Parts: sequence; C-alpha cells; structure tokens
Amino acid sequence: MCDTCGCNITSGNAHLVTNDGKLAQTPDGKSAVFVLKSLLTENDYQAIHNREHFDKNAVLAINLMSSPGSGKTALLEATIEALGDEFSIAVIEGDLETENDADRIRAKGVPAVQISTGSACHLDAYMVHDAVHKLDLETLDIVFIENVGNLVCPASFDLGQHRNVTLLSVTEGDDKPAKYPVIFRAADVVLQTKSDLLEVLDDFNPAKAEQCLRNLASEAPMLPLSARRNIEIDAWLTWLRDEVATQAERVAKHEVTKPAIQPDGAALHLAEKGQSA
Amino acid sequence: MHELAICQALIGQVEQITLDNNAEKVTRIVVKIGPLSGAEAPLIERAYPMAAAGTIAENSLLVLETMPIRVRCKSCLAETEASANRLLCGECGDFHTELISGDEMLLAAIEFDKAN
Repeated sequence: MCDTCGCNITSGNAHLVTNDGKLAQTPDGKSAVFVLKSLLTENDYQAIHNREHFDKNAVLAINLMSSPGSGKTALLEATIEALGDEFSIAVIEGDLETENDADRIRAKGVPAVQISTGSACHLDAYMVHDAVHKLDLETLDIVFIENVGNLVCPASFDLGQHRNVTLLSVTEGDDKPAKYPVIFRAADVVLQTKSDLLEVLDDFNPAKAEQCLRNLASEAPMLPLSARRNIEIDAWLTWLRDEVATQAERVAKHEVTKPAIQPDGAALHLAEKGQSA
Repeated sequence: MHELAICQALIGQVEQITLDNNAEKVTRIVVKIGPLSGAEAPLIERAYPMAAAGTIAENSLLVLETMPIRVRCKSCLAETEASANRLLCGECGDFHTELISGDEMLLAAIEFDKAN
C-alpha cells in the first residue's frame, strides 16, 4: 500500500502501469492517470498510527467481531474474571447507542471506553484512536476492541489491532462462515460460543462449521467454549497468553504484526511483509 | 453499508491526484473491486454520486471492474479460479491456499480534462 516504492503493483495489476507508462491518452484526447491506490488508505494510515501506540506501550490489541448477541461482552467478562489478576486489561466498546456494555465491563473493575457510533455499522481507525487516548496504555497488557455487532462491515477496516477474533455462537447456524466469508476469512481464531447449548440445538454441527471455515482457506483454530457457564474457556485463555507473550517478544525486537489476513489483496500483503522483514 | 465512507475516501484520493496533475475536472474514474473486498459494487455505484457532489469529480463516470477470485495452492502450486466461500485448490482440493486476486479495492485510473 505504498505509492512511493511501488509495492502496490502486483502481478494482477502490473499491466495497467507498464503498457503505456504512468500517463496515457484516451481515444478522445483526454488525459488519464493510472494510480492503483488502495481505497481506505486514510483509514489504513490511521490504523498504522494506532498500532504504533500499542507497540510503543507493549500492548496486545485484539479486535472482536461477530453478530450482535453472539456473546462478545460475556466472553470479555469471563476473560477478565480468569485473567484479571494476571494481566492489566482495558476494553474499547463499539455500539450504535448506550453505555450498557461498557458498564458491564467496568463492573468487573476494568477500564472501558464506549464508542457510540450513531448509525455507523463498524468501528474505524479514527474512532479507535480517540478511544485509545482515553486509556492509560502504559499500564496495560491487553486492549480488547469489541467491534459493532455485524458480520459484514467490520471486516473491511483495519483498526491497528494485532489479531482478529471472530465469534460464532451455536444459535446462529453452522454455515455462517460460508455465508459471511469476508469476516471469517479475516479471523486469526474462531470461537464457537454458547457451546453449552449444543445439547438442545441438534441442527448445529461443529464439524460442518469447521469445514465451512476450512473452505475459506483458513487455518485459524476453532475453539468451542461457553463463557456464561465457564466451560472449556482454557484453550482460549492459552491462546491469549501465548499472544501476549509473543507480542512482548515482538516489541523487544521492534517487530510489528498485523492480523493474518488484511482486506487488501494477498500479493499486496506479501509485498508489505517482504518490505518490513 | 460502509460504501459511502469508501466513496468519500475515493473522492479524497481523486481530488489529490487531480490537483497533482494540474487538471480541472474529473470525467471518469476506474475502480477495481474483488468479491472478497467487503464492499458491494451496486452500493458503491449508488453512493458515488452523493460523495462526488460538490467536488471536482461531480458528474464523473464511475467504472467498476470486478476482479476474479484466484488462489495459489501451497501444496501443488497450481493457480486456479475459486468462489468466495470455497477457496480450495481447483487442482488438488487442498484448503492450504493463498488468495492472489479477489479481495482488492483499488483506484485504478482517473481520466480528466486538463487545464491549459
């Protein structure tokens, strides 16, 4: 996504800029310029800036995405209960309206900043930046960004997070990854939430849900758990501890990480990785 | 429905490039969009005139080119076409693939009337 070094020119689009050079005339004599700029660039720059804030303070930033009501806040409550003594945690809450979720988090003794998006269906890097400045990052180990409940738009906006976590509750149907490929493809880990309800929901097949995820070429682990009943959350806590440790190692080595999949073309992503390596 | 935000970012870039090229008016812009980009072409088309209104790109023509979904297999190295929710290798069926096209959202070209 860099227009200076040309790393945004890939095998799929190179013909546009190599055939007639950078400038070309159209048949009716008008000037045309071929640019190949990734859209959302402004947001992406802000996201890079946010990531620098997190890295400077050795904070791990996790973006939680899912449908409304799949248990993002309940997961955070259970996570804070389990790891609150081990790590210093803060939460950025995105909702259209109300402070309800932030209040639930604060009741657990953890700082929470509520972003009320009005009618916007996703968080962007600017909103997260404002929220980040209301947190004392120096004292924190993990910042969870609870995105607006929506399986569509949040997938398109980089917020500066290091990892994406996508929740799939068993009440939603096991073919959700096939229906919403963009958001599930972006997940570094998929949590199958409300798994205690599986015994009464005979139409959700965990193996089929995982197959739908693999069909998206995703190697992300799929972890079943129930946050409310505190069942099987250990695998999630282990994943999180590993990520905190890895983030600390990266920060010590001045390395930067992003979620495995960025909504920007795999070739672009590879070019960027090559550049930062 | 974040297509309006995308169009506003698009117009911002178009304005800057137009300025850089000493042009006065944008007549046509080309955007390449993949099905896995997370944005819907028909919604972009509807949002675009609203974002362009009152700018240098007002009344310009927006051309959307859809990019194919293609994957490269990490096992057999074949490059094949795929669909949005089935990104498996078309040769050997493995799911260990990487996307080489289909999730981009690129401003590809701008056409304008140049100032004298």
